[in-house]
Amino acid sequence: MKRGLLSRWLLLGEWRAHFVQAIVVIIAIALGVALGFSIHLINTAAFNEFSAASKNLSGQSDLQVHGRQAMFDESLYPFLATYDGVELANPVLEFEVSVPGELIGRKDNKLKILATDMFRAAMISPDLLGMPAEGKPLDGLSDDAIFLSPAAMEWLQVKQGDLLPLNVGTQTMTLRVAGGLVRARAGQRIAVMDIGVAQWRFKHVGLLSRIELKLTPGIHRDTFKAALKQVLGDSYLVLEIADQEARVDHMSRAYRVNLNMLALVALFTGAFLVFSTQALSVIRRRHQFALLRVLGLTRQQLLRQILLEGATLGVVGSLLGLVSGYAIAAIALHFFGGDLGGGFFPGVKPSVYFSPLAAATFFIIGLGITLLGSAAPAWEAASARPAVALKSGSEDKALSKLSAPWPALICLSLALLFTQIPPIFELPVFGYLAIALLLIGGIALMPRFSAVVFSFLLKVMRRHITGAVSTLLLARLANAPNQASIALGGVLASFSLMVAMAIMVTSFRVSVDDWLEHVLPADLYVRAASVGDQGGFQLDEQKAMASLPGFTRVDFFRSLPFILEPTRPEITLIARPIDMTDPSNTLPMTDDMIAPVRLPKDVMPIWVSEAMVDLYGYTVGKRVTLPLGTAEQTFFVAGIWRDYGRQFGAVQMQLADYQTLSGDRSINTVAMWLQAGTTSAQAQTILRQLPFGDALEITPSGEIRALSLEIFDRSFAVTYLLEMVAVVIGLFGVAASFSAQTLARAKEFGMLRHIGMMRRQILILLAAEGGLLTALGVILGFILGWSLSLVLVFIVNPQSFHWTLQLHLPWGWLTLVAGIMLVSAALTALVAGRQAVSGHAVRAVREDW
Amino acid sequence: MRNSPCVDKFRRFVVTRMLVLLLSLMATGSVAEAPGFPLVVPDYKLTFPHDYGAHPGFRIEWWYVTGWLETADKKPLGFQVTFFRSATGHNPDNSSQFAPKQLIIAHVALSDPAVGKLMQEEKTARAGFDLVYAKEGNTDVKLDNWRFVREADGHYRVDMQARDFGLQLALTPTQMMLLQGDQGFSRKGPKPEQASYYYSEPHLSVSGAVFHQGKPVTVNGRAWLDHEWSSEILDPEAVGWDWVGASLDDGSALTAFQIRRKDGSRLWAYAALRDASGHVTLFKPEQVEFTPVRTWRSPHTDAVYPVAMRIRTDSTEWLLTPLLDDQELDSRRSTGAVYWEGAVTLTRDGESAGQGYLELTGYVAPLDL
Repeated sequence: MKRGLLSRWLLLGEWRAHFVQAIVVIIAIALGVALGFSIHLINTAAFNEFSAASKNLSGQSDLQVHGRQAMFDESLYPFLATYDGVELANPVLEFEVSVPGELIGRKDNKLKILATDMFRAAMISPDLLGMPAEGKPLDGLSDDAIFLSPAAMEWLQVKQGDLLPLNVGTQTMTLRVAGGLVRARAGQRIAVMDIGVAQWRFKHVGLLSRIELKLTPGIHRDTFKAALKQVLGDSYLVLEIADQEARVDHMSRAYRVNLNMLALVALFTGAFLVFSTQALSVIRRRHQFALLRVLGLTRQQLLRQILLEGATLGVVGSLLGLVSGYAIAAIALHFFGGDLGGGFFPGVKPSVYFSPLAAATFFIIGLGITLLGSAAPAWEAASARPAVALKSGSEDKALSKLSAPWPALICLSLALLFTQIPPIFELPVFGYLAIALLLIGGIALMPRFSAVVFSFLLKVMRRHITGAVSTLLLARLANAPNQASIALGGVLASFSLMVAMAIMVTSFRVSVDDWLEHVLPADLYVRAASVGDQGGFQLDEQKAMASLPGFTRVDFFRSLPFILEPTRPEITLIARPIDMTDPSNTLPMTDDMIAPVRLPKDVMPIWVSEAMVDLYGYTVGKRVTLPLGTAEQTFFVAGIWRDYGRQFGAVQMQLADYQTLSGDRSINTVAMWLQAGTTSAQAQTILRQLPFGDALEITPSGEIRALSLEIFDRSFAVTYLLEMVAVVIGLFGVAASFSAQTLARAKEFGMLRHIGMMRRQILILLAAEGGLLTALGVILGFILGWSLSLVLVFIVNPQSFHWTLQLHLPWGWLTLVAGIMLVSAALTALVAGRQAVSGHAVRAVREDW
Repeated sequence: MRNSPCVDKFRRFVVTRMLVLLLSLMATGSVAEAPGFPLVVPDYKLTFPHDYGAHPGFRIEWWYVTGWLETADKKPLGFQVTFFRSATGHNPDNSSQFAPKQLIIAHVALSDPAVGKLMQEEKTARAGFDLVYAKEGNTDVKLDNWRFVREADGHYRVDMQARDFGLQLALTPTQMMLLQGDQGFSRKGPKPEQASYYYSEPHLSVSGAVFHQGKPVTVNGRAWLDHEWSSEILDPEAVGWDWVGASLDDGSALTAFQIRRKDGSRLWAYAALRDASGHVTLFKPEQVEFTPVRTWRSPHTDAVYPVAMRIRTDSTEWLLTPLLDDQELDSRRSTGAVYWEGAVTLTRDGESAGQGYLELTGYVAPLDL
């Protein structure tokens, strides 16, 4: 009972005296937890909504049959409809059409159309049926009717009864908005129409995207699925909802995990802040604790007391973080939707859902990190011998235990080891562990390092400089390295993480920029909306474009999505003319390739993106089969190229090879090189004068590049925000530890005043101390950050996104941030110092007695 | 998904849609006239087997089989099998096999006094892919696994498996076919164009099996087939009709119907009685009179049906008594059609005459949607 009173009294007393420090710790923890929790909530909400929306599209079917490519022949439909064990077969044609440019922005002009037979679909996906106007019950079957979800109506700015122009290949066609849908998910942009009408109007006659099956009750799904797979062979995929979920999950998982990791960086930085604040607070109260020990408080009681202090801050901070994290997530989802810039969750409007499990996890992380930060100081305080601790000047010794080098060295070597371990579940788990270990190891080595550096400086400077202030400064830093390095912990953590992130993002951006230049060599890129399983340009249109004046070269591209493995997102097959003298003239090749002269003659070559190697094992020199055209075809992997555009894999092949195999002569994209003297505007006018000119989507390569970089920057915007927060927390740490230190050193300053030092000189001393320490922190932070960036660039990125980057350092930006850190640290030290030297010299000294 | 609001909403929507669909099948008033449908004319001569088959040019067509069955232990059952064909007037240029040019709607129902209410199921689908069709040349209608077909020897085959029950029947003609009205030209209203081509096959002898929960029960009985097609049948004033078809024990066949206005008054009526020797007596509209004897209020739809009816044809009085009261087809949950189609026993001037089927449509109160 008495113990409870004492414990409360000690806690309250400490916080009343050092209110600001307690608040700073709470804010740091709260901020870290809030960020992590809100990003988790936003991503989960967006992902769940996105996956629910895509599940919604397939209704309550037991199985779905897809082709390898986007569409397949409808003759499979009657076969499956009468197949034994099938109760209902629902044929679906799903495709995207582009809405003519004037209506909406060019960047995002695709409308997804789900074409079904309402009599079949009503049994399997009753939500996605058109809802005609009252009194026109059969409008759903009219040859011009299209039904739009509320989100699609809002996006296209049309209402029931309006006309909606849509592009079909090089033509424009107008449909009538006949009504809404029975029930679409909020934000889901989708159109529904009759399958017979869609096949005919959009030139998809004879084609289906998938067939959804409902099995007769009592049929065992897995057995049926296996048997059907056998019957249908390799050109069809039989999927169930779980496969589809896996596919949706694969699509955005790396992105979500990496963003969550980044969010934890803020919390991680916060842990160092807790550590430095707690350590300094414990040191400041060494006498107090020693006295308590002498008065009979046991070691366990003291340990518990200090941990309780940390835990209380942790609980308050974490709870505050959960509340504000939820609020941030709710606000962000309400105003900005669920897409944090990655572009993985387009067109969904999720609402925030409170998950007790996630909340508990983040609470435990927050609390755990606070306890971890308090554990070492608490242990030290409890294990100190009271008699020794009562003496003055033992503060630095108290921390010397923390500066033993071997734990740091173990951390660093483990980190090195971890960089060699392959990913787990396609996630760079060990890469992240290596980063954490590098950081901990680097920071733990800090005291040793600063002692060495400053002792060396002291030795060198002693001969040249005679000023009292600089001597004092260096002597202090060289001989009391532990306190100094505690102050540095937060700076080091945040600055090195920031350096790492900045290097990673810059490397990525420069790599993407170079890559864009390489993959967009032509001046103009012209596209037309696809028609069924055909590209938008047919032979006569291709001829018309090839014979236009004003161009030196015209290249044709055919690209189509392609499913290799049912649980993975589609890969992209790109057929184009590839320079056989040197493929790197056409493709952004890596060094991993076989020269065209040494290629085997009996088999067609393909060049695959880096993701194909990681995901499907398509290594150079391997013979692989792709189901193309009517039969399986063997190809030879001739080289690996970089692709920052398609994370899920892409395969390039010669257009002529593709056309021979598939018989498909259509084209999606035309790359055009201007003749000298023709301007881009003139060329566009020439193109627009073609009979199908209105339906062309003409983009100068510069515009594509600008757009791509804009998308890139947008997807990293959240990253920048997280970095800033980590820096702010780091600066908090500097402020907190400096003010704690200067306050603890009030006696020292009092003494200095007694022996004749001016108040101004003490302030200069403090500012210089802060500046020098930060300078060392910045230099070390840079080295540490650079090592971390190596892990990010060469391990985390390739393992998460399956592409490699070249290292680029953003010098200007790094210098700027280093400068800001230096100035703010010096200023903080100064402000804290003013408080310490403001009292009377006599009173400050007397405290000692 | 049982009773979630969205499903209810969906159902309400389907009700609206399909109810009007059924009305549009029967009447022309509610749907704008699509051009190109042929009219029914008095001087057309029905030719067979061609006219057994479908007439896709006409807007609507149906094959309607009703009958009484008896199980081996002498328990009576009533059954009804209907296939509708509807031409939608969809753009003929549409080359897709999914083009919704023809819809097929089928109903199957079984009245079992032991169950106490009508068991029923219905389906709608567009014709196409050999999965769903109504063929020309001879009766051959198919909707997925439901089939109604006339074999070369003239007997019909019904194969319909619903969720809870099923029918597998062979119907063999025992008499001549009966051309209704004026040699198959059957007027349905005061205007001459309000008519259909209509023939019946009364006294079909039935054998086969009725399935209960997948188990077959052997049955025998007697049935009546109507085949009717037209492009425009009902007067805009008409709200429904009462119809009876009965294969009587003495070998005669009675057909009678009246078309009602909204206020219940008679817009048109028709009756034909063919005796066993094949002599047909046609009655004029004013010679035919339908009088309700007893009504039954449906607990499902709240509609009030005159389930027991007195019919006068000239000087003869027929009394119709239902096998069971609840023979209402309430398919608002799927296709939305609501009508009463029930097995009845008949007396002629007070003496037992035989069994037939009574159809009562247009009694459900307009839904408040």
